[in-house]
Amino acid sequence: MRRVGLIVFLALVAMIPLCPPFYVTMGSYIGLYTMVALGLVLLTGVTGLTSFGQAAFMGLGAYTTAVLTTTLSWSPWLALVIALLLTIGVALVLGAITLRMGGHYLPLATIAWGISLFFLFGSLPELGGQTGLSDIPALAIAGVEFRDERIYYYLIWLVCLVAMWGTVNLLDSREGRAIRALKGGLSMAEAFGASGLRLKMVVFVYSAILACLAGWLYAHMQRFVNPSPFGVNTGIEFLFMITIGGAGSIWGSVVGATLITFLKTALQGILPKLIGQTGNFETIVFGVMIILVLQWMRGGIWVFFERFLPSKPNKAIGDTSDLPMRTQPQRGEPLLRVDGIRKEFGGLVAVKNVSFDVCAGEIVGLIGPNGAGKSTTFNLISGELPRTDGNVYLGTEKISGLRPSKIARRGLSRTFQHVKLIPGMTVIENVMIGAYLRTSEGFFSAGLRLNRTIEKKVGAEAAKQLKRVGLEESMYVPAGSLPLGKQRIVEIARALCSDPILLLLDEPAAGLRYKEKQELARLLEQLRGEGMTVLIVEHDMEFLMNLVDRIVVMEFGRKLAEGLPHEIRSNPEVLEAYLGGV
Amino acid sequence: MDSSIFLLLAQDALTNGAIYILLAMATILIFGVTRITFLPQGEFVSYGALTLATLQMGKVPGTVWLVLVLGVVAAIMEAFRLQRAGLSREIPVAVVKTLIPPLVVSGIGYVCAPLNLNLGLQVLLTIMIVTMLGPLVYRVAFRPIADASILNLLIAAVAVHFALVGLGLLFFGAEGVRTPAFSEAQINLGVLTITGQSIWIYVTSIAFIGLLAYFFGRTMYGKALRAVAFNRNGARLVGISPSLAGTLAFALAALIGCLSGILIGPITTIYYDSGFLIGLKGFVSAIVGGMASYPLAAGGALLVGFSESFSSFWLSAYKDVVVFTMIIPVLLWLSLRSVHFEEEE
Amino acid sequence: MSERLLAVRDLNVRYGKVEAIYQASISVDKGTIVSVIGPNGAGKTTLLNAIMGVLPSKGGIEFCGTDIGRLTTEQRVTKGMCLVPESRELFAQMSVSDNLELGAFTRYRRRDKGIKRSLDEVYELFPRLLERRTQLAGSLSGGERQMLALGRALMSKPTLLMLDEPSLGLAPLIVKEILQNISNLRSTGVSILLIEQNARAALQISDYGYVLENGDIAMEGASKDLANDPKVIESYLGMGGAGQEKERQ
Repeated sequence: MRRVGLIVFLALVAMIPLCPPFYVTMGSYIGLYTMVALGLVLLTGVTGLTSFGQAAFMGLGAYTTAVLTTTLSWSPWLALVIALLLTIGVALVLGAITLRMGGHYLPLATIAWGISLFFLFGSLPELGGQTGLSDIPALAIAGVEFRDERIYYYLIWLVCLVAMWGTVNLLDSREGRAIRALKGGLSMAEAFGASGLRLKMVVFVYSAILACLAGWLYAHMQRFVNPSPFGVNTGIEFLFMITIGGAGSIWGSVVGATLITFLKTALQGILPKLIGQTGNFETIVFGVMIILVLQWMRGGIWVFFERFLPSKPNKAIGDTSDLPMRTQPQRGEPLLRVDGIRKEFGGLVAVKNVSFDVCAGEIVGLIGPNGAGKSTTFNLISGELPRTDGNVYLGTEKISGLRPSKIARRGLSRTFQHVKLIPGMTVIENVMIGAYLRTSEGFFSAGLRLNRTIEKKVGAEAAKQLKRVGLEESMYVPAGSLPLGKQRIVEIARALCSDPILLLLDEPAAGLRYKEKQELARLLEQLRGEGMTVLIVEHDMEFLMNLVDRIVVMEFGRKLAEGLPHEIRSNPEVLEAYLGGV
Repeated sequence: MDSSIFLLLAQDALTNGAIYILLAMATILIFGVTRITFLPQGEFVSYGALTLATLQMGKVPGTVWLVLVLGVVAAIMEAFRLQRAGLSREIPVAVVKTLIPPLVVSGIGYVCAPLNLNLGLQVLLTIMIVTMLGPLVYRVAFRPIADASILNLLIAAVAVHFALVGLGLLFFGAEGVRTPAFSEAQINLGVLTITGQSIWIYVTSIAFIGLLAYFFGRTMYGKALRAVAFNRNGARLVGISPSLAGTLAFALAALIGCLSGILIGPITTIYYDSGFLIGLKGFVSAIVGGMASYPLAAGGALLVGFSESFSSFWLSAYKDVVVFTMIIPVLLWLSLRSVHFEEEE
Repeated sequence: MSERLLAVRDLNVRYGKVEAIYQASISVDKGTIVSVIGPNGAGKTTLLNAIMGVLPSKGGIEFCGTDIGRLTTEQRVTKGMCLVPESRELFAQMSVSDNLELGAFTRYRRRDKGIKRSLDEVYELFPRLLERRTQLAGSLSGGERQMLALGRALMSKPTLLMLDEPSLGLAPLIVKEILQNISNLRSTGVSILLIEQNARAALQISDYGYVLENGDIAMEGASKDLANDPKVIESYLGMGGAGQEKERQ
């Protein structure tokens, strides 16, 4: 059924040139806008960033080729290379200074540079000022020129469909899954070894490249350029396209580009007559429409369509996983050594020189009343927080001072107190994120779908871990549809998928029902039986007592006691800390 | 460049800078209280100038009708919201409460517009109409999605910008206007001539900044707005409702925008779409303040004012290019300053 | 004497698919201190947040005899409820006196004349806040912050004061002082719903207590009785172990 939909869509695209020229022109524009919107879907809908500068990137592509092919008489193909290099350069600079700060800085930087570029196009005499540049040559391959509008239409849609295909492939890959993880904050992607900043940068550059490509195609289609189509308003219209179409899916870009393009043409014809005055009154309709969409249909129109489509076919996975495995440490040998670790927030000392060891093959519980500094200690070990003093060693190697992604590389894997799964993605895909560091396929092989063998292996590995934790029957359901207890177990499977030597669990029992806690305890006992080393931060004493080998108790940021569960249970200081002694 | 030109440009820079300070304050206020990156701030500026110009022609400005329509829409939305919340009993009171202010304002506007009042009263009328638009825009466009991500709120803000610019064209036409100066006086100080209007701008904006400082520092409502910006949850727990704070912030922002528009109307030709760039320059200033610090933003506003006026002398065609490219080094500086800043939603 | 102030009946709170509070019923009489104790993660904070309207819930919440289940948090503050959350939620970048004044925001809106007097009363109760009234709230020590949070709450002149872990993160000596302060508040006529992990202390200053476990009210009774009940200690330290089978679907 999905396939039928796709075929209908392709047939529709292919048949447009049979229509009158007006529709062919519209179709060409839609193809160009879809390309730009596609980049925005990846940037905004998937990654959670946004840009108002896509029209400016488009202008950069168009003007570069216009100047080089007219004034300097270069080949359009050479001009394309230059345009792409320029675009990548600009995107890298803008990204480098804004992506670290997150939030609204990228959109504002892009709006500002978009305005600058727009005025530059309009004022530089070399760029033809407001009148623009004309006599841009037609594209030609091996002497054959694309002069016929219908031929050019096919060229545009060929590029557009390839871009869509590549984007879909990219999202269904190692890097793509990491990109999809970014929207929930950087910490999850980082915990499995991906660099969030690098991924954001790649996405931004990719979206800029798509826009530049569209601009280049536009210039050789129109054969002249002027500043007006590359203003900030156009940049905003791209954002509207994906908001209306649906920012969460690449199909949203097609729907949005089609709708806005047709609507704009229609409204520009009707409204001035209706009002009796010339002007761009369609902005009123667009503005009101976007507000309505945000209030009533936040996912855009595509979400509505998608309801009528059958669910995606299950991800193809292989039978065996022969991903490289780490050698697990010998049972009993010291694995994690926390040595006098200290954390100060301003003047407040949250963790005061805490030391303890975890040996391979044991489960150690780190407990304490609320506010005792357990979670801070946890974050110092996982690298999420920089320490003030002290050291942490994994095996013989010092891991304190490293970024979480580097620590993950050394075999430490964690779960989160507030479950961090990608709710819309299937359970197995979520678990596959865990294997990020065990494979190394990059963006290109992913985009060109050369990664199928390795994908199948990773799938098999994820399936194996899901089986290990007893969730194989939920493999293909969206992670967000599972109850919390199961979601926590998915997180454990994801951590196991990274083939860790040490598993760090952050309050795994919090919010679980009694029965779910029992299941969790059973799973952890099973993992211990398989030789896994586990450090659990938890405040549920009942849950821990019968499970762990040793307990470290914290209070007021210091270590209060350490010992076997029954020793801790009868320790008067611990009783006092938990029950209070006033 | 001789000293007289320098002084002339500096005077220009200060007049514009003063306006950007006001707009930057409005931007920071709205972002802090509601998390909305309110790009359409400049539309209040153009609406202010254009409404006043229309009143001077003795016609009813379109903004009067906008207030009325938005008021009715707001009342319908309020009724619908209460209906869905199962509080149908409260509908009549809520609808009346929502409708009365816009009805009164648009009523006064309709009656007074053709009376050819004196300039002072027309200014008051303009302020009343445009300020009323602030809370209405908030109620209709933003309140139903108050819990959305910063990103979606930004998209909504841009949509509001589109709608307001289009409506501006509809109400006021494509012609630019200049409103009459408040004072034709000129003071000659050696080489420097100071116009009465720029003195008006200095005095009014300084007085208004003082007023705002008093409002935020001394009054309960001002403190409440700051409290919401600092700690939304804490504010709810002492009984400050986010929607009340949002309404208040938008009213203030509209007032600031309108006042700015009335002040610069006599020295700049204002078109229906002039507001966007003016507002964005206020925005660049707010960015200098990291969207949080008023003093830094004020510094940023002066920086924008000066670079604008001096680049218009040397590179008149590239004035806006210079101003908006300036944001890049500013962002670089902010980025280097805040190494650990990372936002998670 | 025992007029009912707050009556919570069959309250359910869900986080997505998870039930955090299940059919909990508690009540607070006028002029009493009621404590809810229980191990961490039992849902104590969730319970308070639901009563205050910070979290949505199902079930009946009656305050002063009227149903308040549909009111917003702010409206509940206006009705005389006040919550001091575990995180205190002070306005760190504002002065101590501004924080206190904002506590009376709803009274200011009602044009209540007694705000100045209340401010003096709070300063009398916590002289240290008077000393530090011009300091920023963020610069206070842990104990002082808790005092400020309590003071800010009292500025709203609540009839029901809800305190979430007032002893959290405080050194033992300061805990004693804070709890003494809370106990003294009884004489001002305010009723208190207290949530504490520090069970012994909570039971010592309260009249009646509930033990919350896994989102359920597991036990309730006069505080004196609960303090001596061995089962309370068990539920804290998991000593019941395997013998403690309480299944619930």
